[in-house]
Amino acid sequence: MSWSTLAFAQVSQAVVNGTAREVVTVARGIAQAGGGETTAMVWGPRGATEAGRELVGFGADKVYCCELPGLEWRQPDLAAVTVAKLIKKGGYRVVVFPSTARGADVAARTAALLSAPMASNVVSWELVDDTLEVVRPVFAGRATATVRLSGGPVLITVRSNVFSPRPAQGAGVVETMAVEASSAEGRRGVRVTGFEEGRRDRLSVGEAPIVVSGGRGLGGPENWGLIEDLAEALGPDAALGASRAVVDAGWRPHDEQVGQTGKTVSPNLYIAVGISGAIQHLAGMRTSKRIVAINRDPRAPIFGVADYGVVGDVFEVLPALTEAVREVREGG
Amino acid sequence: MNVIACIKRVPDSAARIRPAADGKSINAAGVKFVTSPFDELALEEALRQRDEAGEGTVTAISVGPPECADILRSALALGADEAVLLSRGEEHRLDPVMAAGALAEEIRECAFDLVLTGKQAIDDEGGQAPALLAEALGVPFAPAAVALTVEDGRAVARREVEGGLEMLEFDLPAVVSVDKGINLPRYPNLKGIMAAKRKPLEVKEAAGRSTGRLELVALEEPPPKGAGRILGEGPDAARELAHVLREEESLI
Repeated sequence: MSWSTLAFAQVSQAVVNGTAREVVTVARGIAQAGGGETTAMVWGPRGATEAGRELVGFGADKVYCCELPGLEWRQPDLAAVTVAKLIKKGGYRVVVFPSTARGADVAARTAALLSAPMASNVVSWELVDDTLEVVRPVFAGRATATVRLSGGPVLITVRSNVFSPRPAQGAGVVETMAVEASSAEGRRGVRVTGFEEGRRDRLSVGEAPIVVSGGRGLGGPENWGLIEDLAEALGPDAALGASRAVVDAGWRPHDEQVGQTGKTVSPNLYIAVGISGAIQHLAGMRTSKRIVAINRDPRAPIFGVADYGVVGDVFEVLPALTEAVREVREGG
Repeated sequence: MNVIACIKRVPDSAARIRPAADGKSINAAGVKFVTSPFDELALEEALRQRDEAGEGTVTAISVGPPECADILRSALALGADEAVLLSRGEEHRLDPVMAAGALAEEIRECAFDLVLTGKQAIDDEGGQAPALLAEALGVPFAPAAVALTVEDGRAVARREVEGGLEMLEFDLPAVVSVDKGINLPRYPNLKGIMAAKRKPLEVKEAAGRSTGRLELVALEEPPPKGAGRILGEGPDAARELAHVLREEESLI
């Protein structure tokens, strides 16, 4: 059985996002290591085909584009049934999904439909003895598990921001794939009937390359402007995060919580402001590529995982940092 | 309304995780075990949905070693009506296919309207069991709900996705996994703890088999992190930090 792979690239508009490039990059890497072809399936609303063309530049030999009207592309059962059919037809050995909320959901449904083994939140992979061996953090980063997936197809979801997208030229056949709207009928599913847009100007904490997180050291929700200013200065790649303590206190919404009972993140840069670093928080962010800690207490556990630390009062340090970030970004 | 809450016994979120000598399981010495936090939310939601409906029962089910009886007794103390422990020996490792299979075998025999569970357990963090369970039961699956309302056999859930909130509609019976934000779990009280002693806790042998295609090769501690660089104190250090992130790291 050859190592032909399929990347499930979900897009929400006509442009490709980082996670779509990452899943194609991983699928391409596995296919190349095992001597197979890379196929991408682009799933999204009207305009998704445009996004699909870009993925050829990340090594896709073949791209199937599924453009769906209205809320149809949000239907998780329809997505799972369609991708499961394509997997059966194409005989792909490995199928790569993003670990976004929607990607992970479609992956789990597809694995269930196909009775295929699946590993989530993969951070590295290797072909060993004709099987796919992957590493995934477990216990929220307090341990890593090496898992072997045998036979085919096998499914993985890859953690966001871990695999850098690598431009590569694929054979590049782009094809529109018809989706039978009826394919998810006949079985009892869920129906997405509405969508409320969140903050359009910020990425969600799980997928952003930069995260600025605040904790109890901020003193109260009224001081969050300082965190927002820093995120603003860092540009559109930055998202807001929060510690469990401040979410439980009602200062910040649940969807910002980083930690074992919140989001597990691994951005390129994680800035922890006024967060002492309880184990359950460290668990959610310790796999970040670079960690910056700003805290008044030099003995705070957060400094134990930080690459860079600044000791001081957040009310003095933050405005200075925001100012300096603006200067260096504008300067160069 | 008959609600089933599937709960898992996991190491406490503050516990230090050390691999055992076999390199595949954790060293349980000194580790406190608790109900997985997302499953606590599922149990709380089960109790609320039962009470909202004004009739029916809540059954708490757990798959795992005999010690899972502890979290099931806590569930009874919080207000569950009955509990089932699907017992399996220690030789079985974490495997979502096996866990979902065991749960499905048991649940299939019950008259249920709703199966609730956490969006993922905080040990393995696979997040697959709810989808597998729904597929095995042949019912709709709504993932990671932050809100759930049920009326006349029809349910509406909300979930957070990238960019906003989706609203999902589906018929009961169904499997719903829950996320933080759906509710605030109650605390046990003495009356509940006393009452729990008279409630049934049934122990059965777990069914469910692994596919054998997902094998844990090794469980290890994450590589230690090298010592970080403290850039100093106050605003001056903040300015240095901005330069380091820009010039040395090219991160901003």
